[in-house]
Amino acid sequence: MTIRVLFFAYLRERCGAERLLTVPEGASVGAALRLLREQYPVLADASLRVALNRVYVDNTDPLHENDELALIPPVSGGSPSAGTEQPTPCT
Amino acid sequence: MYVITSDPINLAAVMADVAHPGAGGLALFVGSTRNENDGRQVERLEYEAYGDMATSEMAAIGAEMRRRWPVLGVAMVHRVGVVPIAEASVAVAVAAPHREEAFAACRYGIDTLKAQVPIWKKEHYADGSRWIGACHARHEHHAHDARRDEDRG
Repeated sequence: MTIRVLFFAYLRERCGAERLLTVPEGASVGAALRLLREQYPVLADASLRVALNRVYVDNTDPLHENDELALIPPVSGGSPSAGTEQPTPCT
Repeated sequence: MYVITSDPINLAAVMADVAHPGAGGLALFVGSTRNENDGRQVERLEYEAYGDMATSEMAAIGAEMRRRWPVLGVAMVHRVGVVPIAEASVAVAVAAPHREEAFAACRYGIDTLKAQVPIWKKEHYADGSRWIGACHARHEHHAHDARRDEDRG
């Protein structure tokens, strides 16, 4: 079956905004992520959440035909006040 | 209203959206673009959203605010695209019978929006740019990773 995969922020710049991915019938979110990691080395160490059809899900959730799987890098966050922990800058 | 927009945020319209005859207090938080971060001079900021999911996540946060406090009106607006320094990038407005509830709900709203809603920020400097939070090293820890870590297998 085929699902649509969306990339955002720095992942969009590296992988493109979206693509179709063929996965085995009954595959889970985690299985799709493993396939994607094989094709995009940048995902290997990526800190990600995943959303399925615009809802955050776990890796065990099953996929269905035409699902929209979004890879969500850390969101913009921002520190509530001075002195709180900042994200580590990328170098 | 739960809105993602590429236009400047109209704060008067945001406040008007939550106005309510039973409200004794309206709290408004506005996040604005800052010219400095980590000691680097920021020339402009750029925001990107997963639009459909961002508005549905905002609505879910608004529903939770109404569950926790006697909220009479909620509005959340986030700007996307390039936002010049010192302009509003996000606004959260809350109307409630009393100021304590308005402040508390507004604080919860902006904090949860920042942690949950799929919106990303790119800082542009004189000599380059970077996505905030975009580090992808395994040692990096973000609050949301601790809650729902990804499959490492």
